[in-house]
Amino acid sequence: MSASNENLKDMIGQEYKDGFVTDIESESFPPGLSEDVVRAISAKKNEPEFLLEWRLEAYRHWLTMDHPEWAFVEFPKIDFQEISYYSAPKSMADGPKSLDEVDPELISTYNKLGIPLEEQMRLAGVAVDAVFDSVSVATTFKDKLYEAGVIFCSFSEAVKEHPELIKQYLGTVVSQYDNFYAALNAAVFSDGSFVYIPKGVRCPMELSTYFRINAANTGQFERTLIIADEGSHVSYLEGCTAPMRDENQLHAAVVELVILKDAEIKYSTVQNWYPGDENGVGGIYNFVTKRAECRGDNSKVSWTQVETGSAITWKYPSVVLKGDNSIGEFYSVALTNNYQQADTGTKMIHYGKNTSSTIISKGISAGHGQNTYRGLVKIGRKAENARNYTQCDSLLMGDQCGAHTFPYIETKNPSATIEHEASTSKISEDQLFYCMQRGISAEDAVSMIVNGFCKEVFKELPMEFAVEAQALLGISLEGSVG
Amino acid sequence: MLKIEDLHVSVEGKEILRGINLEIGKGEVHAIMGPNGSGKSTLSYILAGRDGYNITKGRVLFNGKDLLEMSVEERAWAGVFLAFQYPVEVPGVSNIYFLKAALNGIRKFNGESELDAMDFISMVKGKMKDLDMDEKFLYRAVNEGFSGGEKKRNEVLQMSVLEPALCVMDETDSGLDIDALQIVAEGVNRLRNPERSFVLITHYQRLLDYIKPDYVHVLAHGRVVKSGGPELALELEEQGYAWVDEKVAS
Repeated sequence: MSASNENLKDMIGQEYKDGFVTDIESESFPPGLSEDVVRAISAKKNEPEFLLEWRLEAYRHWLTMDHPEWAFVEFPKIDFQEISYYSAPKSMADGPKSLDEVDPELISTYNKLGIPLEEQMRLAGVAVDAVFDSVSVATTFKDKLYEAGVIFCSFSEAVKEHPELIKQYLGTVVSQYDNFYAALNAAVFSDGSFVYIPKGVRCPMELSTYFRINAANTGQFERTLIIADEGSHVSYLEGCTAPMRDENQLHAAVVELVILKDAEIKYSTVQNWYPGDENGVGGIYNFVTKRAECRGDNSKVSWTQVETGSAITWKYPSVVLKGDNSIGEFYSVALTNNYQQADTGTKMIHYGKNTSSTIISKGISAGHGQNTYRGLVKIGRKAENARNYTQCDSLLMGDQCGAHTFPYIETKNPSATIEHEASTSKISEDQLFYCMQRGISAEDAVSMIVNGFCKEVFKELPMEFAVEAQALLGISLEGSVG
Repeated sequence: MLKIEDLHVSVEGKEILRGINLEIGKGEVHAIMGPNGSGKSTLSYILAGRDGYNITKGRVLFNGKDLLEMSVEERAWAGVFLAFQYPVEVPGVSNIYFLKAALNGIRKFNGESELDAMDFISMVKGKMKDLDMDEKFLYRAVNEGFSGGEKKRNEVLQMSVLEPALCVMDETDSGLDIDALQIVAEGVNRLRNPERSFVLITHYQRLLDYIKPDYVHVLAHGRVVKSGGPELALELEEQGYAWVDEKVAS
């Protein structure tokens, strides 16, 4: 093997820096799933009757469903009775009233992750909701947001404080029967974030949720619901990490976005769940349903995701374009290294007139990683002049990895314009040699080439996140050279 | 500055260079000419440290140090620059970012601090003007979508920003029209000084009308078969390379 191939191999031998475990006393349900468990979760959270019923409908339906097998990923059958469906730090039993009451151990966990919860630290004007295992431990800047009329709180709190909004919108984008993991989530979800932006309000700061799985043998099933009322605007960020553990852990989340007339949501994710070790042992199974519905005319939603973590990633942030002139965008970077597998992409469903969608997907495969883009562009009968542009690029590093593309296009309206471009490339010896000949170290050269490859996606991220995403790719590709 | 001694190189068992001897002094310009397949490009890659070549015999000294022991970056930091025959595209990475990373890599090695962003930009813009390059090139991805002439000009721009001690230019004249050739040659001539040496690899005499070499060497079948002054290039132009083959055959 040549020297630069060696360099590549070193560089992609990444280390996971967020793999520590917080030693905190937790209250967890014993493993197992039954109607009683669903009832117990609901009781634990003092939920209203309608929500319990909704959960039970989901659970009963889930029992009739088969595990989906169509994704291009391989993993041993999951025993759903071996998972614990609820875990919360004990100190959270009654729920904190303010940050002062949050366990210092938890605050320091988030500090270690670079997510300071103390509001004094004014994280560049970003409000954070921190979800630790099954519960939300803190939401910052709540008061300031409240002044603007913005509701940003944990899902549990929203159920208590704003049951009418929950009742009106929950499950209207991703129903409790939608798919196997969405139904499971609906039955057992324990917390998550809730956002409501009232009419005509531009959210005064970025909103952010930080998800952390800590407890062993626990699944994390959170649910996020964001409603952008007419003419409103919000930018929302989501980050994720987990400790290094030998066993696989399940993360099955649901995100629902509702965008009304003239409103806009920008949703950005940097997903860095523990990916497993270099032999493919451990890591998170990230099976997520994310969907946005552009309900009103001239509404817009933009999904931007940078996926570097998880043993298996299986998610398709999608947009249903119902309103006329509505716009859906999907920008994605997915990196798979070692034995990671990702089957990710999007669905753009055009129903309204003059709707348009853009898909930019960048897949990077290294080590034995398998990276699949799977996307659907569907144009409904009434969607006059719908437009889609799709670009799927794959970058391969080394010769053991794989990149796959499955684009599906269904159109029922002849006025539609659909473009699809795809490319597969390698970081070539030529490129590396060229950079190194100019005095750029091999490590910097790889990072530069990969960042260049992802540029179209990174420029969609909010500034702070773009820096984090670049650093994350850097870490993922960094190694001891020379 | 550069001393090549009995250099033998093979690729996949086939011997490409069969005992090259060459000495290049400070401030000198040497042209290496020869027919296709004579080993010219191989020689340039060996000097820059590219993988995939098997050095079976000989050594190369650069300012007294064993060049062949150094990594690709170390050679760049020490002042070896290769202007590529086919400059490589780096999509998504802007020219300005690339130049800055390269220059700072070299400055760091030499124990110098990174250049201030403003100073850097005005320095680069000045050099672009000399090469008749539009400033918009700074913000375009490295060589992506550049015409052949633009790529070559970009190589000379990099060279003038990085200010190497030894410039190896591999067929820089190929693919250039006469105007571009003049601009590139002027750029190179501006860089000539008593401390800097050049190795110009070329197939044609044309480039040497604009960049006057001190020495001309003819490479054929992996050996230097003839060395001389600038007049040797003219001789080659008249006679072609056929006599070289005869000479090697005999």
